[in-house]
Amino acid sequence: MHDFQYHKPSSVADAVAALGSGEDATLVAGGMTLIPTLKQRLAAPSDLVDLSGVADLVGVRDKGDHVEIGAMTTHAAVAASPDVPGCLAELAGNIGDAQVRNRGTIGGSVANNDPTACYPSACLALNATIVTNSREIAADDYFTGMFETALEEGEIITAIRFPKPEAGKYMKFENPASRYALVGVFVAKTGGQVRVAVTGAGQDGVFRATDIESALSSNFSPDAVDSSTIDVDGLNGDIHASAEYRQHLIGVMAKRAVAACA
Amino acid sequence: MPSVTMTVNGKQVSGDVEGRTLLSTFIRENLDLTGTHIGCDTSQCGACVVHVDGRSIKSCTLLAVQAEGADVVTIEGLADGEELHPMQEAFRDCHGLQCGFCTPGMVMSAVDLLNVNPDPSDHEIREWLEGNICRCTGYHNIVKAVKQAAQTMRGQAAAAE
Repeated sequence: MHDFQYHKPSSVADAVAALGSGEDATLVAGGMTLIPTLKQRLAAPSDLVDLSGVADLVGVRDKGDHVEIGAMTTHAAVAASPDVPGCLAELAGNIGDAQVRNRGTIGGSVANNDPTACYPSACLALNATIVTNSREIAADDYFTGMFETALEEGEIITAIRFPKPEAGKYMKFENPASRYALVGVFVAKTGGQVRVAVTGAGQDGVFRATDIESALSSNFSPDAVDSSTIDVDGLNGDIHASAEYRQHLIGVMAKRAVAACA
Repeated sequence: MPSVTMTVNGKQVSGDVEGRTLLSTFIRENLDLTGTHIGCDTSQCGACVVHVDGRSIKSCTLLAVQAEGADVVTIEGLADGEELHPMQEAFRDCHGLQCGFCTPGMVMSAVDLLNVNPDPSDHEIREWLEGNICRCTGYHNIVKAVKQAAQTMRGQAAAAE
């Protein structure tokens, strides 16, 4: 790992200032992706700005029709929170391993937008709002490609708002070695509207399976998934699974998720 | 060079480190507490698990500076003098180790499990230990050890009430 200047600001404003002070400064949340990346020298920032000293960024707040989760809230804390919708808590409780869940944060995961991460699918399926230090971004406008987001330079996620669904379920088919999502499908029904988001499978990262959504909108049952088409174009094929296999798994995971919602 | 201060096994320690110094390096090289092992150094094997503020973490994936002011417990801090922690005792009784390399991390991780779930099922133990890799035992006796320790510790907790 190359050395860097370490900063631990206690407010978001100070974090923004610290980000601007370095030639190539970067934020660290839980560090569960970034620190291994630094160790492999795949990144070598001049400055590391640690958000763990910003107390305002931690915690789950029940806001009636939605729940607001601070960006620095760990996966373990989300999984254990009684205020978080069950489907989201369950997703958080199955990320990585116990030690990763004790350090890794929702804000870090959503900012990184790893194409196999679980949280991005929850954001899209639950129609979440990504709250930053300067604006609110709808999940539909936020995920712009593999490891790409709408975040601008110096913009920091402060919280994520999730509307509470009537029903929801995330089904993950894990890579048996890494346990990352080979395919993960989040099905949610909120305010009568059905949204289906797929992670792990798309060449551009997380996406909404709109055809499955319309099939489920008229008939919310596992059988309805069979009558919808999942386009193989744009799906990822690699040593772990072909694009066709991922296409198949999207249907299977979607059906299981719908069955679990009922 | 930044200096860090933290509590390790109940004792306040400080040292000068680089920003990039890992907590595992600080524990082993600055503090000479070599019970914390470094297996893979890629956040996967769990040999380096310690407790930071009461929760298990992989110390090879945390910078020493990130543990500033924290309360850290390593495998050396678990026993009460000559008396082993019930988890250590159970690993010995159940033959939950062979080469022993993964054991410090296994024990620290398993103690954290019992903090959040005092009566875990076999399945819950196996799920929890996903981040701890053992290449000798086949995990069977490790699961047995965690169950035994859970029973002992529940007994102790009940007796204390």
